[in-house]
Amino acid sequence: MRKIILSTVAVALVLLALNSNRARPAEGGQNNSSKEYQVKIDNFSFSPSSLIVPVGSTVTWTNQDDVPHNVRSSEGQTLKSPVLDTDQKFSFTFTKAGTYQYFCAIHPKMTGKVVVQ
Amino acid sequence: MSMKSSLKIIEENAHHGPEADGVDRRGFLKCMAWAGTGALCVIKGGVLSSYALGAAGKMHPDKMMGELSFVQISDSHMGFNKPANTDVAATFQAAIDKINALPVPPAFILHTGDISHLSKPVEFDTVDQMLKSASAKEVFFVPGEHDVLTDNGQGYLDRYGKASQGGGWYSFDKNGVHFIGLVNVLNLKAGGLGTLGHDQLEWLEEDVKRLKSSTPIVVFAHIPLWAVYPEWGWGTEDSAQALGYLKRFGSVTVLNGHIHQTMQKVEGNITFHTATSTAFPQPAPGSAPSPGPMKVPADQLRGLLGITDVKYVEGQHSIAIVDSSLA
Repeated sequence: MRKIILSTVAVALVLLALNSNRARPAEGGQNNSSKEYQVKIDNFSFSPSSLIVPVGSTVTWTNQDDVPHNVRSSEGQTLKSPVLDTDQKFSFTFTKAGTYQYFCAIHPKMTGKVVVQ
Repeated sequence: MSMKSSLKIIEENAHHGPEADGVDRRGFLKCMAWAGTGALCVIKGGVLSSYALGAAGKMHPDKMMGELSFVQISDSHMGFNKPANTDVAATFQAAIDKINALPVPPAFILHTGDISHLSKPVEFDTVDQMLKSASAKEVFFVPGEHDVLTDNGQGYLDRYGKASQGGGWYSFDKNGVHFIGLVNVLNLKAGGLGTLGHDQLEWLEEDVKRLKSSTPIVVFAHIPLWAVYPEWGWGTEDSAQALGYLKRFGSVTVLNGHIHQTMQKVEGNITFHTATSTAFPQPAPGSAPSPGPMKVPADQLRGLLGITDVKYVEGQHSIAIVDSSLA
């Protein structure tokens, strides 16, 4: 029974993904398919600190420092990762165009931005 | 700077001793990279003299004895297990042993934050349990940013903040000295430094209003209340306003942690001091790409960790600060 539910969910997710792909060209004239991007957290900084991605992209932050960090929106609540200890990751899919400024709320000197277009 | 050369500088300063007239800014800058070496600092009327621990041993005991003696420990980071120190419980125990070996048992302990590494209850439990074996039973805490990683610090406040004001700040009096514990690790803003915030500043202004200007003040908080190195976030945005409320007092001592090394500065009536960590050292400002944990050879680690012993002599308005390493 569980398997059936899971595969139904999987099918639904695939359909959703297909729908959003189909909708994208109408949104901003972009025809890039959604992509995966990586941001490394290392030496108390985000790298790259500025990232430009198409709508629908997923960005994954990986903490490579010996101390914990997090990823929080500078304004608002869009990005709100849990505490990331060494080697822990946090992913977020950007579904709307815009500039997303963020910082590490533990070490607020660490800042970055994702520009979604 | 090597430990040997920092010791030399302290000895140089000791030569100037109490005869030195006022505070030589260059001298203090030179003192700034003390790392784990023992130093005795005697402050009288806002003027600080520093001595190597060796020299302190030859001092008249009256100068070192006080009516009130307490210990500052900091940055125990319980739960940390990376190469810079894979056994922070062992070095924390060494700090407690050091406290228990002091010739004059301290009246209490101040912990200036980063008690835990990841704000986990089990990390706080371990520290609380271990501190039960300390000669001083009373411990006063302020949080570090590592203690408030979840729920905006609610876990910390539930455990340590019962007697405090809303956000964890509080004050108390011991032997005529007024102690103020401040919180500067909550609600941090992007790109900024430590923050006290409006509510706490208002409380502080009110808290010290009733005190005579001759009352010695000891302020303790996690992030330094002076701009040690803003590029690494080592400072507090609104500390100037807080210190403004303390300008009229004859003797103000500010004790901080966060930077895992000892530093000292005097500005008018205010003496600033940061303590070493009991867990791992951090690099001197700007000497590394980032302020992350510093891996040193195993036989040097304990020389860079330590405790701070503080003595107050009633009637003389002087506070002596002695840093000693765990080595």
